[in-house]
Amino acid sequence: MGWLVIAPLAAAGFFSFYFGRVRVGAISTGSTISSRLNSQPNFHGYFLAICTVLPAALVLFAYLVFAEGNIRNTLLSELPTYLLNRGPEQVDLFLDRVAEYGRDRSAAVTGNILFDASVDRYASLKGSTRLFAFVLAIAVGVGGFVLGRRQLTRTFTARAYVERTSVGLLFVCAAIAVVTTIGIVLSLVFETVRFFSLPDGPSVFGILFGLDWNAQTGQNFGAVPLFFGTLMIAVLAMCVAVPIGLFSAIYLSEYASPRFRAWAKPTLELLAGIPTVVYGFFAATLIAPLVRTLAQWVNALPFTPEQLLAAQPTSALAGGLVMGSMIIPFVSSLSDDVINAVPRPLRDGALAMGAPKSETIKQVILPAALPGIIAAILLAVSRAIGETMIVVMAAGGRALITLDPTSDITTVTYQIVSLLTGDTAFDSAKTISAFALGFVLFGVTLIFNIIALQVVQRYREAYD
Amino acid sequence: MTEPLHTSPDAKAERLRLRYAKERRFKLYGQIAIAIAIGFLAILLISIGSKAASAFSRYMLVVEIDQPDFTPQSDVSVTDVNLAVRDQLQVLFPGTLTDRAARADLFALTTRLSVLPLTRQIQANPELANQPLTAQLAVSDDLDLYLKNDIRSHRRLEIGTTGRLSRTEAGLYRLTTADPDGFFEFQDRLVAENEPATDIIIEASGWWFVLEDLSGATLILSHAAGAIPDLGEQDQSPISAILLGSLSADRKVTNRQIAMALYLKERQLIEKRFNTSLFTNADSTYPELAGAAAAIIGSLFTMLVTAIFAIPVGILAAVYLEEFAKKSLLTSVIEVIINNLAAVPSIIFGLLGAAVFLNTFDLPRSVPLVGGLVLGLLVLPTIIIASRAALRSIPPSVRDAALGLGASPTQAVFHHVLPMAAPGILTGAIIAMARALGETAPLLLIGMVAFISEVPASPNDESTVLPVLIYKWFSGAERAWEPMTSAVIIILLIVLVSMNLVAVLLRRRFERKW
Repeated sequence: MGWLVIAPLAAAGFFSFYFGRVRVGAISTGSTISSRLNSQPNFHGYFLAICTVLPAALVLFAYLVFAEGNIRNTLLSELPTYLLNRGPEQVDLFLDRVAEYGRDRSAAVTGNILFDASVDRYASLKGSTRLFAFVLAIAVGVGGFVLGRRQLTRTFTARAYVERTSVGLLFVCAAIAVVTTIGIVLSLVFETVRFFSLPDGPSVFGILFGLDWNAQTGQNFGAVPLFFGTLMIAVLAMCVAVPIGLFSAIYLSEYASPRFRAWAKPTLELLAGIPTVVYGFFAATLIAPLVRTLAQWVNALPFTPEQLLAAQPTSALAGGLVMGSMIIPFVSSLSDDVINAVPRPLRDGALAMGAPKSETIKQVILPAALPGIIAAILLAVSRAIGETMIVVMAAGGRALITLDPTSDITTVTYQIVSLLTGDTAFDSAKTISAFALGFVLFGVTLIFNIIALQVVQRYREAYD
Repeated sequence: MTEPLHTSPDAKAERLRLRYAKERRFKLYGQIAIAIAIGFLAILLISIGSKAASAFSRYMLVVEIDQPDFTPQSDVSVTDVNLAVRDQLQVLFPGTLTDRAARADLFALTTRLSVLPLTRQIQANPELANQPLTAQLAVSDDLDLYLKNDIRSHRRLEIGTTGRLSRTEAGLYRLTTADPDGFFEFQDRLVAENEPATDIIIEASGWWFVLEDLSGATLILSHAAGAIPDLGEQDQSPISAILLGSLSADRKVTNRQIAMALYLKERQLIEKRFNTSLFTNADSTYPELAGAAAAIIGSLFTMLVTAIFAIPVGILAAVYLEEFAKKSLLTSVIEVIINNLAAVPSIIFGLLGAAVFLNTFDLPRSVPLVGGLVLGLLVLPTIIIASRAALRSIPPSVRDAALGLGASPTQAVFHHVLPMAAPGILTGAIIAMARALGETAPLLLIGMVAFISEVPASPNDESTVLPVLIYKWFSGAERAWEPMTSAVIIILLIVLVSMNLVAVLLRRRFERKW
C-alpha cells in the first residue's frame, strides 16, 4: 500500500515541478524589469507541484484515517439484529475477524453463511471506497494542476505562495508537540474519568487516601503505599545524587584544571547516556544482593534485634542508590550551568577581599546560584519519580508502607508497568487504574517541571 | 564587625591555618564526589563486562554423522536429525549406555532443539540429506556454565597404578591398585585432600569412572565414558582422580555428565567456539539457543521509524519556532509545552501509545511501527531543543547578509542558516536517537515484550528491541540468562557509545567560533 501511494504522488510532484518550470521559462523574455518574471522559474515549479500533490495527499490521508471506520459502520448497520444483541464486544470481535479475512481474500471460505457474506460485503465496500478515494485523489490532483497552471504568468507571485505554504508546514510540525501534549492529557483524563465512573470502581478519595493496594487480584485501589514508595525511593536517590552531583559540579567548575575537566565531564555524562534498563540490571544483580548481605550482617550484630531489617532480595535501598547514581550527571551538569552563570565580578570581589576559594563558593557563589540549584534538584526529583526500569527490576513490588530501606517496596511507575503488560483489555478496572496512576504521575512531575523551568528562566534573565 | 580585631599574631596564624584546612577539606569533598561517580561507572562497566565475557563464547558438541539415513529426504524433521545425532552419540559411548539413566544423561548434554539450525540447512538443501554431515550442537546451558566456571575447582591427583578390575552384582566395577598396600595409602590421601567431601571422577588409560564408594578396601566405580576394559588383571597404568569440588546434589549437571563432557573435551568433540548464535538466532526459551538477532533487527526498524518521523518534524518545528514564529501567546505556549514535554517521564508516553495508538486507532500491538512512533514523540522535544540551540548559535549577520542581498526569509533560512547549523542539529539528532535506542518502559506498555522467535521482516511485524530483550532475559529463571543478558547489554552499550562518539566527533569537526 505504502509505495503504491507514495510513488505516484512523488512522480506527479516531479512532473508538475518540471512542467511549471519549463512553461514559465518559455514566457520569460525580455530584459527590462517589467518583462522579467516576478518569481524565479523554480518557484513556479514548486507552486504547481504543491497545487497538484497537496490536495491529493490530503484526500489519501483522509482515506487512511477514516475509511476503515466508515466501512465498519456501514457493515454494522447491515448486520442482523441477533448478532448486534450479543453485545458490542462480540460484534467488535466479529468485525475484526471479517476485516482480517477481507484483507486476505485467498483465505478459505469458512462455511458460515453470515460470516462469508460479511467478508464479501466488507471486501466490496473496501474496494469501492478505495476506488473512490483514488479517483477522487487523481481528480483533485489534476484539478489542482489545471487551476495552478492558469496562474503561471509573468506577474504571478509564486514565491510568496510557496513560502507561505512552507511556513504553514513548519507550523504544523511545531504543533505536533502541542498535539502530543493534548493527546497525553486527554487520554489520561479520559481514562481516569472512566475509571472513577466504573460501577464497582473506587472513589477519588479512596484512591488518594486508601492504604491498601491490590489491583492485580483484588479490587483495592488505595494508592498511598505507592506514593509512599515513590517518595521513599526518590528521597534515597536524592541523598546520593544531590551531594555528589553538587560537589562534582563545584569541583569541576571552580577547582579542576581545564585538562581534568575536559575528560572528567564527558565521563560523568556517560552515566546519563547508559540506558535505565542497564542500571536496573546492575542494581538487581550486584547492588541488591550486596544490600541484602549488609542488612543480614546488621541483623546479626549482637546489639541489634534479630529482625531489625527486612533484608529482602530486592530493596528500596538498592533501587534508590542506583537511581541516585544515574541522576548524578543530571544534577551536576545543571548545577554546573548555574554556577557558571554567576557573574564573574561577584567572584572576583570575594577573592579580592582575600577569601579562600571555598569561602567564596560557600558565601558568595552558592547563595547567588541557590534558586538555580533548587530548580536543578526539583528537575532531578521529577526524574526520579518518573523513573521506571530501575524500580521494576530492583525494588520489588509489594505495596508496603515501611521506613525500612532494605524492604521491598512498590512505586507508581512499577504498578503502571505491571498493570499494563500482559493482557490489555481496555475495560477492566485493573487496566484503567494504570491510567489514573499515570495521571497523578504526569500531574506531579508537570508541577515540578513548571516550577523548576520558571526558576531557571527567571534566573537566567537576572544575570544575562 | 563591631569589635576591633586586636588579636595576637599567633591567634591570627592559627585562624588562617584553620581556614586553609577548611579550604583543603572542601576541595577534597569535591574530589571524593567525582571519584565516587567515576568509580560507580567503572564498577558498573566492569561487573557487567566480566559477566558478559563468558557469553561471547560457548561450548559446542561436534558430532560427525557419516552415513545420514533420512528416509523421507524431502521432509527432514528435527526428530529425524535428532535420532541420527543420538545414534552417533551412542557409538561414541560403547558399553556405557546399558541403562536408561545413562542414556538420559548423554542425551541431556544438548537440548533436542539444538539440531534446529542443521535441520533447516538440510531442509533448504535436500541433497545434504545423504552426505556426511558435521553437526555442531550447543551443549545445554547448565553444562556450558559448568565447563566455563565450575571446572576451575577441579583438582587432579595421581593416586597409583591400576591392578585388578572386577564387576559387582549391582552393575558397578571394583578396582584395586597394583601395589597391594598402595590402596590404603592413596585412600588416606584422597580422604585428606577431598575435604570437605566432594564427588570424584576416576580416569585411567582412557576409561572414565565415577567414584561411588571409597570406604571398602577397593574403589567402587560406575562406568561413565570410554571403552570398558577387560576385567581381570590390568597392565599398570596410572590412575588419576579428579576432585570435582562440588556435590552432584548441589548442581544441575550429574557426575556422569561431567565425566562424559571431560571425555568428549579431551577428544576435542566438545570445543569452545565464538557464540555466533547470539547474533544469528532469534529468542528461544532455551538459553543456549537464544540469540539477539530478532531484537537487533527490531531495534533497527524501530529506530528507522523514529528517525523518519522525529528528525524531520523536529528540525522543521525548530526552524519555525526559532526563525519564523512571531512573539505571540500561541508561540510562547508552544515553547513552554515543548520544554515541559522534554521532562515528562518516558512511561507517560507509553500510556499515550497504549491509549491512542492501540486503543483508539486499533494499531497492532508489539510492532516497530507503533514503538517507533511512540519513541519519536518521546525524543521530538529533545530534537527540537537541540536544533533550536544550533540555529541560535548562527549569528544574525548571516541572515542579515542574505536578506540584504535580496533573499526572502525562507531562502535565508533554508539556503544559509540551516546548512550552517546542520552539524549541530545532526549531533542533537544522534544523541536523541541514542536515547530512543535505550528506552524500555514505554515499549513495555505497547506490548513489545511478546516472545518473538522469528526475525521480523518489516516494521509491521511483531518484534522486540534490545533493551526490552535485556529486561526479558533478566527475568528468566535459568542461571545462564545472566551472562547472556550482560552480553546483550555490552552490544547495546557499544552501539550507544559509538553513536555518542560520532556525535562528539561531528561536533569537534564542524565546531565554529563566530
